[in-house]
Amino acid sequence: MTRYFTEDHEWIDVEGDLGTVGITDYAQGQLGDITFVELPEKGAAVTKGDSVSVVDSVKAASDIYTPASGTITEVNETLADEPELVNTDAEVGGWLYRMTLSDAAELGSLMDETAYKAYVESL
Amino acid sequence: MSDYPINDDEPVEDLAPQLLPLDAWHRGKGGRMVEFAGYMMPVQYDVEGGGIMAEHLWTREHAGLFDVSHMGQIYISGEGVEPALEAALPIDLSTLKLGSVRYSLLLDEEGGILDDLMVTRWGTGFYLVVNGATKWDDIGTLRELLPDEVTLNHLDETALLALQGPKAFAALERHVEGETPLSVLTFMKGAAFKLGGIDAWISRSGYTGEDGFEISIPGESAAQIADLLCGEPEVKPIGLGARDSLRLEAGLPLYGHDMTPEQGPVDAGLAFGINKRRRTEGGFPGADRVLRDFAEGTARRRVGLTLEGRMAAREGAKVVSGDKEIGVVTSGGFSPSLQHPIAMAYVDTAHAADGTALELEVRGKRLPAKVVPMPFVPHRYHR
Repeated sequence: MTRYFTEDHEWIDVEGDLGTVGITDYAQGQLGDITFVELPEKGAAVTKGDSVSVVDSVKAASDIYTPASGTITEVNETLADEPELVNTDAEVGGWLYRMTLSDAAELGSLMDETAYKAYVESL
Repeated sequence: MSDYPINDDEPVEDLAPQLLPLDAWHRGKGGRMVEFAGYMMPVQYDVEGGGIMAEHLWTREHAGLFDVSHMGQIYISGEGVEPALEAALPIDLSTLKLGSVRYSLLLDEEGGILDDLMVTRWGTGFYLVVNGATKWDDIGTLRELLPDEVTLNHLDETALLALQGPKAFAALERHVEGETPLSVLTFMKGAAFKLGGIDAWISRSGYTGEDGFEISIPGESAAQIADLLCGEPEVKPIGLGARDSLRLEAGLPLYGHDMTPEQGPVDAGLAFGINKRRRTEGGFPGADRVLRDFAEGTARRRVGLTLEGRMAAREGAKVVSGDKEIGVVTSGGFSPSLQHPIAMAYVDTAHAADGTALELEVRGKRLPAKVVPMPFVPHRYHR
């Protein structure tokens, strides 16, 4: 499994043509207390860069842009009752959705963990 | 991830944000500083027990210290100050006793709201507190409205702190000395005290719906006083984020969002800001429109809305009834105390009655909402 990161602070774990997407710990810290997560529809076809989900905090609503193109296969139903899981466990249990990837070549433009860490430190 | 703009006041154009007396103090406490009303201010504190939700709930249960030094503090005095101020504001000063505080409105000639403010009779003049984002315009408007014999002093080296919450009295009383005990202050009363040895004007008032105090002190003593108060076990510093969610739950409108020059006092639900005598006599800017609105009613009204579920509607969301757009949300968010979303909106008067079922359009979805009386969370003022 390989984890990639976007400049918009999403992460995607890739195994074969399957991806799991969430927001980074840095992102949840910036957003503050998360009160609601609007998840994509299962079966929806999405294109890299589309806003597919919205994370609502006390302060604001923030778009989540999908790091890759493909089809949504599963969403994290636990977040309906426990949206705060995105705060407490952003990079594991607070995942947002799973998808099949339609174009593995897209991943080449994303950052690895080292590059993302350097990117966050530069902000 | 990208934020939608929310409740940030209009930035002051082309000017770098200014620093308030407590700037370094906030940073030392972990304050996450953002630009607000032309100043750098803490939106929340990034420490254990910090964050908007925790700070909000702490204030409702204990006491929170808010730095509101961005607000404009003004002292107006001089010969004829009383009739001059009555000509400028829809206030009845004949019933405002020494040390008493009253809510009032600064209106334009058409009766639109330029700002809301607090007026206190203090010494031989009047002490005004106006919103930060509007203070320069307010000062200009007031100077034009007031005759030359009346002096307007902008107390721009004076800091303003608010200590709010059910434990505010206990925490503050330990450090206050005065000719009268702090306990003589009831809601909307103020007096001069020594606070930690520093001259302070303290009023029992605030913007959270809780019992609490607003404390005017010299800017150079602000850090000392903030340390003194935050040294009490009941008190934590609270940022702008929780200030906004607290005032929303209390049903208190935010200038620039829930009231603007587009609205008058009657549609804004702020008729209590027009004192009784002035409603019949008029004689203030915009009186024609205000008196007409009292007599005839207004097309829209500010109402409170509760939402089901957890998805919030924010400023700008359309309010619909069936196929008809009948209003717009002016403030909204998740209520930390109630654990569901709430909002303020202007809606057509035909849909403004308590209990009316409406829908809010958010990102292509329609969220069911209901008109409810405000405040959403009961006020706990010490009357």
